[in-house]
Formats: sequence, structure tokens, C-alpha cells
Amino acid sequence: MLEIKNLNVHYGGIHALRGIHIDIPENKIITLIGANGAGKSTTLRSIMGLTKSSEGSIQYQGESLLKYKTKDIVEKGIVLVPEGRRIFPNLTVEENLILGAYSRKDKAGIAKDMERVYELFPRLKERSWQKAGTMSGGEQQMLAVGRGLMSKPKLLMMDEPSLGLAPLLVKEIFSIIKEIHRQGVTILLIEQNAKASLEIADYGYVLETGSIVLEGKGKDLLTNEEVKKAYLGEAK
Amino acid sequence: MASMTFQVFMQHLTNGISLGSLYALIAIGYTMVYGILRLINFAHGDIFMIGTYVAFYGVTLLALPWWLSFIVAIIFTCFFGMTVERAAYRPLRNSPKISVLISAIGVSFFIENLAIVVFGGRPKAFPIPPMFNKIINIGGVSIVSLTFYIPVITLLLLMGLVYFIHHTKTGMAMRAVSKDYEAARLMAIDVDKIISLTFGIGSLLAAVGGIMWGLKFPQLVPLMGVMPGLKCFIAAVIGGIGDIKGAVLGGFILGLGEIMLVALLPALTGYRDAFAFILLILILLVKPTGLMGQKLTEKV
Repeated sequence: MLEIKNLNVHYGGIHALRGIHIDIPENKIITLIGANGAGKSTTLRSIMGLTKSSEGSIQYQGESLLKYKTKDIVEKGIVLVPEGRRIFPNLTVEENLILGAYSRKDKAGIAKDMERVYELFPRLKERSWQKAGTMSGGEQQMLAVGRGLMSKPKLLMMDEPSLGLAPLLVKEIFSIIKEIHRQGVTILLIEQNAKASLEIADYGYVLETGSIVLEGKGKDLLTNEEVKKAYLGEAK
Repeated sequence: MASMTFQVFMQHLTNGISLGSLYALIAIGYTMVYGILRLINFAHGDIFMIGTYVAFYGVTLLALPWWLSFIVAIIFTCFFGMTVERAAYRPLRNSPKISVLISAIGVSFFIENLAIVVFGGRPKAFPIPPMFNKIINIGGVSIVSLTFYIPVITLLLLMGLVYFIHHTKTGMAMRAVSKDYEAARLMAIDVDKIISLTFGIGSLLAAVGGIMWGLKFPQLVPLMGVMPGLKCFIAAVIGGIGDIKGAVLGGFILGLGEIMLVALLPALTGYRDAFAFILLILILLVKPTGLMGQKLTEKV
């Protein structure tokens, strides 16, 4: 579905991505793990056209994404739930969701998806008239995911959805990711919580200072000694 | 002071409300642009002046009916404001804020001097259609009909604006862009288009304000936008820049305050313009965010 080949990104004199290859087949959950500053967010930003790459290609359903603006990429069905949630705090919950469907014209479809999001996150329905900025971090994360779903994505990319959330909420977010995937959405998940993301992922990549150093099935990476040591906090 | 009758007081009050309405209309343009670009659009007062001149030439040079001329002027000014944004601000979108600010000051001087060349420096008399200078009598208080029309037109425009911003998808997008460009882009919102539209709306309101200003003070000069521009900027700051309700509140405080100061203390007439600046200093000392302004807190 999405194929990244030899992607290189430079900014501010830093070689942030050094020729990475990532393959995202349809209907899979792919995860990208790595430490802070490894280039995970840069990868997502490059796919969305928010960061310009210096070399390489990003192919989506057989066509290059590099020539498109962020707006067009969203309209093609790729959505990013950004790090830090980035919900619009001055808008109500419902208004945030409406903006998630900004490019869509099918009113009936939008209403249906709004119902679907409210089913997935009943908390959001209770708070639909509340200003989004007044909600708790976990609720804001749910809103960010719900807002992403409103554009009817084929590929949903999530940047650190569990960051800063209480353990119970982390569990809830991961079970919702699985549920979204079950409904037919391809997922690219970026996480520092390597264990939880490898557990649900079909395939994983390990990114270190701009290069993919390891890749494999989620289950295999979970038992890999290097991954265990560096990312799962388990000593030998 | 004691000798002021009820009628005279009411006349001052209505006068203050209509001046306050004009300030409010123009202040909204400052506050909307600031809200979305964090930029003080120094050319806003000059955009206001352009609107008034176009309306003047529509009636005098093109011999259009006054209402048609006003509509043409409003539309022209709307596009003029969007052109200023495209030419002077958009190319600097990724530059430091100070560059854009300098560009704004440059555009302001450019428009003012261009106006002197094109329109001439000699004052022009704005033609007043008869329906605006009839004397009407409401409960024993006689006022000029314009004094009545200005707040009514302002109120209608404000209602339209509030509806647009809070109840349309484009209005929501505008509020979203004012908080976070990048997140807005991720929603497939065309940020440049929304910014352009913001300038269009601000300029439209300035044009309506300018035409009504011309009807109230019917003498046009190329620098006529400077003082109202400054005062309305102050109104926006007093109310809390970035907040539309605040701009309206600031406009009315300034307009009413100015008229009442002169009415109650005639000896201070010469300090009329200083009033706005003193008020600004006081507000900045007591509540730097303005009356309705709020500090933003980020939730982690």
C-alpha cells in the first residue's frame, strides 16, 4: 500500500533519515520503534508532506506522494494523528470531529462516522459540547484518534498515542487501535512503548539515529535479544 | 455639567455609541488578523481609507447610485485587503515575525503615499445621501438618522460574523488555523486560503466602517486612516487582541469614553485623542492581556 525507498531527510544540518526502507502492506499493523530523536516522527512528517525529503521515494498505491501537498495526501486517505495530540483546544469536541471530515462532502457518511467515533469513544459523546482544551490528556488523545478517523482513512498513522497516559488508558488506546484495524484500516504505529506496540503489530522496524537497524515480525522482535535489551528494559 | 439636560445627554450617548460602533468594526480587522497571523496589520487603517475613497469616486466620478457605489467599494476593498496579504505577507510566511511587521509598516506607507499621488492631497467632501442626514426624533431626543443607522448596521454585521465563525465549517477552520497551522493542514485545510479569507473579511468590515466614517465626518484625505487605525488598534488591545468580542468591547469603550470625556469635561476637548493612548497605557499596566484576553495554558 505504502512503500518508502531510500528516504533521506536533512534539516538544519542534521541528517535525520539515512536511506530508510519501509513497506506497509494493506490491512496490516506496522510499527516503528526507536529512541527519542531516532527519526520516527520525521518519517511520518515526510509521508504527510510536512517535511521535504532530499532523496528517495514514497509510493502510495503505485503513485509518488512527494509531489503532493499535505491537503491532497489527506484526501488520498492517509491520516496522521500527531504527537502531542494537537487537538484544537478552542473548539468543542464535536467541532474538532467535524474538522476531521473537512475535505468530505457526503453529509450522510459524515454523520455515520461521527456515530461510529462516538461508539468507539463514549466519553467523547458525553463531552461533545465541551471545549476540547478542558479535557484530560487521555480524553484529548481519544479525540485526536477520533478526529483522524473522521476523514475515513485507509492508512492511519499514529505518533506516540500512549505518551503520557496512565497505564489503564494505554491499554484502552491499544485495544481501540486493534478495533480500528479490525474495521479494515491499515495502521502505522510509532511508539516508545515498544512492548505494547510489538504485541499488536504484524511487522516492526527498529530505527536508530536515522537508519533501520532491525526489522521483523512483531512476535520475533519481542523475543529478539537486542530489542529486549535496548527497548524492553529486560536485562539478559 | 449640572446644566446638561436629559436630551443633551442622550445625544452624546447615541453619538458615542455610533462612534464606538465604527471603532468596533475596524478593530475586528486588527484582531482577526492578529488571531490568525500574530501580526499587527499596520496597513489596516489605510485599507479603511481606500474603501472610503472608492465609495467617493463611485458616486462622483462614475455617477453610480450611492448604494451601488458603496457595494462596489466594499467588494473592491475586500479584494484589496487580500491582495495586500498575498503581496506583502504571504511571501514572508516562514520568515521571522519582525520581517512581516516591517513589511506591514512598509505597505502602510506605500498605500498612504500612493493615495496622495493618485487621489491628491486636497480634502474631498464625501457626498451624503439624504436618508442619512435626516433629523429624527426619538422620545424627544433628536438625532441625525446616520447616528441611528451606524449601530444597527454594525449589529447586523456582527451577528453575521459571529454566525459565520461559530456555525460554518469555514469559520471552524478559521478558528482551528488560529491555534495550529500544522494540525489544520493535517485536516486537509488549505491554510493559505483561510488566511486570505480572514483578510477579506477584515477589509470588508473596514470598508463598511470607512464609508460610514465618511458619512459621519465627510472630509476625505489620504491620511484619514492613520488616527482611526491607531485608535482601533488600541481598542483591539484594550479588549484583548485576538478576541473578537474583546475588539467590540474595546471599540465601544473607546468611542463612548471619548465622546463622554468631551461632553462632561469640555475643557479637555483638546486631549480627545490622548484619551485613547492614556487608556491603553493604563490597561497595559493593569491587565496586559486586555479585558477579554486570556493566557493560553497547554495541557500535557
